[in-house]
Amino acid sequence: MKSLMTGNEALARGAYEAGVHFASAYPGTPSTEILENLAKYKEVYSEWAPNEKVGMEAASGASIIGARALTTMKHVGLNVAADPFFTMAYIGVNGGFVIVNADDPGMHSSQNEQDNRFYAPHAKVPMMEPSDSEECRIFMKKAYEISEEFDTPVMIRTTTRVNHSKSLVNLEDRIEVPVKEYKKDKLKNVMTPGHAQRRHPIVEERLVSLTAYNEHSTLNKVELHDKKRGIITSGISYTYAKEVFGEEASYLKLGMTFPLPKALIESFAKEVEELIIIEENEPYLEKEIKAMGIPCRGRDVLPICGELNPEIIREAFLGIAPKKMIPMDSVAPTRPPVLCAGCPHRGFFNALKTDRDIIASGDIGCYTLGAMDPINVTDTVICMGASISAGTGMQKVLELQGDEKKKIFSFIGDSTFFHSGITGLVNSIYNKIPLVTVIMDNRTTGMTGHQENPGTGKTLMGEDAGDINIPMLVRSLGIKDENIKIINPYYQDKAKEVIKAAKACKEPFVIITQEPCALLKEVQILRRNSYVEIDQEKCRKCKTCVRTGCPAIYMKDGSVFIDREMCNGCTLCYQVCPFQAIDKKGDLINA
Amino acid sequence: MRNEGNILFVGVGGQGTISASNLLSAALIELGFDVKMSEVHGMAQRGGSVSTQVRFGKEVHSPLIEKGKADYIVSFEKSESLRWLGFLKEEGKVISSLHEIRPYLVNVGKEAYPEETLKEMTEKGLSVIGLNAQEKAIELGNAKAANMILLGILAKELGLEKALLEKLIKQYFKPALQEVNLHAVDTGYALA
Repeated sequence: MKSLMTGNEALARGAYEAGVHFASAYPGTPSTEILENLAKYKEVYSEWAPNEKVGMEAASGASIIGARALTTMKHVGLNVAADPFFTMAYIGVNGGFVIVNADDPGMHSSQNEQDNRFYAPHAKVPMMEPSDSEECRIFMKKAYEISEEFDTPVMIRTTTRVNHSKSLVNLEDRIEVPVKEYKKDKLKNVMTPGHAQRRHPIVEERLVSLTAYNEHSTLNKVELHDKKRGIITSGISYTYAKEVFGEEASYLKLGMTFPLPKALIESFAKEVEELIIIEENEPYLEKEIKAMGIPCRGRDVLPICGELNPEIIREAFLGIAPKKMIPMDSVAPTRPPVLCAGCPHRGFFNALKTDRDIIASGDIGCYTLGAMDPINVTDTVICMGASISAGTGMQKVLELQGDEKKKIFSFIGDSTFFHSGITGLVNSIYNKIPLVTVIMDNRTTGMTGHQENPGTGKTLMGEDAGDINIPMLVRSLGIKDENIKIINPYYQDKAKEVIKAAKACKEPFVIITQEPCALLKEVQILRRNSYVEIDQEKCRKCKTCVRTGCPAIYMKDGSVFIDREMCNGCTLCYQVCPFQAIDKKGDLINA
Repeated sequence: MRNEGNILFVGVGGQGTISASNLLSAALIELGFDVKMSEVHGMAQRGGSVSTQVRFGKEVHSPLIEKGKADYIVSFEKSESLRWLGFLKEEGKVISSLHEIRPYLVNVGKEAYPEETLKEMTEKGLSVIGLNAQEKAIELGNAKAANMILLGILAKELGLEKALLEKLIKQYFKPALQEVNLHAVDTGYALA
């Protein structure tokens, strides 16, 4: 039976078919839907972990005790999980252990463009790169065989276009694999310096065996056609190369790209006149192949920055430029992403956006958009959890300089707070740094598309969970009661009052905004008949409401309108209108 | 029915481009085509410009449509058809809703909204079908069915049998949403 699946659905299917018992991960575009789909197979226990390191460690433990285990993450997630990743390479596995790492070339939804293929040689973990959904399924199953045969974690490295493209997949039945027996083995499983010193040579020997395996592996494919041009490629780049050259070139398509099959590459190179390497972002293969002493090229004409595509390849190697667009006089307006209509984050940002004394340390999530016009609040965004920790550094320097006018506010969502915000808050309390931490609790993991988290009261598999109470957690860490304020972010007067108190406070201060994401199904049902409308007679067209940046508010022919389909009655525009020209309609939930 | 094609669905995050391309892909698979579809998730979904690409034929390699190679651009918002126009073949066709979603810089007067862009496309010799799919969907009882109106037009253009799409709608949508979406596809076929 054939089914059209995204790479992520196919990776989940492959894990299911491989008899995986346990999966733990944190959501991150483009990897999120792997676990979302795996959770549909009730034979596999799947969970959201609070961050990628916990996910990697939970899966490591599951493997050590004997289960086939999986963890998945986006590229920057592997930075978070790098610590256990490198050491699990020494420990190896009991039950098979696979790590899916999804890179995001072009940064569709990421803060950097790191090419994580380099993690494989760095950690000495074998790496596979599927090109389409069917390979995602097949490689996943193969990865478990390799993991158990060679006693090693295996990394499957994908990119956005593999994860989020759909192609046809054959479905097979699940193989039930028994959980292996657990035997105490301290030399292998306790990484003290003495034990690790004994394990390191084993890791090096393993790479020799894996190289020998890869020389004859079915994961690599040689396609000989026209031998004038030979192409070595992997992953999505293979599909682009085929699109451009078809049968007018020969291919060595590498499915396992670490450790590389040196003899196979040498023999392919001998078959062809010119050897070119087609790969996205960094010249990972090209450097390795050149280091083998094999002449080749590719990076001289392919870009390091941005996503690769067939047009770039065609222009680079064949000199054929993409077709020119029919020239048009009209110009499409810029359309950057924005906070949705009725987004609770907009409410709180709006309450402080005119305060020039506040420096805002932002974080990863929908509220990163607090940096965009017209909100324009956020000053810096680094990585998950950095809002609070970077904020402590900023606030301390202000204090050292004797600057009492400026104040650092850190903005972090509920899921990101659980991910890696808590330790930053501990730092502010421990070192007595009077930072204002704003935890924007919208009861979901918003940006990645509504995943459960430790605060939502539900697990990935839909069961009731112990929801961790953020105010109680903050209090137990040591924030004083009078320095914890819980507010509904839509109410501007209350928000402004709390912001004023927070600014004046000489101790660590926490504001928790509590209001669910406006896109959550239950919120949409609740607010179905809730909206506001402009009274055109009273409207003086001052655009105060437009400057909230709500996408439901628009100008046409000089008048202001509110899109009835988008508006869900958050009432922010109603509150800011200086002329009471906005009328509340329907059964309004707020204000 | 043609034997290969590239369809680019474009719009603003949250407008339902993915649902429309899922249904089209399912139909194409039933007809025995190789199909690849590419979509983008995450940050771009939040009110930004989005595209979903469907390619079909005997064997499809790359999931991406190249510039100047789309047979159809199906746009859920008027100005988005212009943004992605560079992907259209000269002999290709634009199917665009007249619905406007005006971004912030247009609202504050820093940028202009291209009101007459579909007219300009026609004047430049492009083949364009323009209609307000969202208004028509509201008339049918659900604004979200706009994507099925546009899909209906495309399907008729491609020569897909309506019965196949109707069968898939019954599989794809919950019973409560089937009727309005069936009507929407019907409306699309009638408009093509």
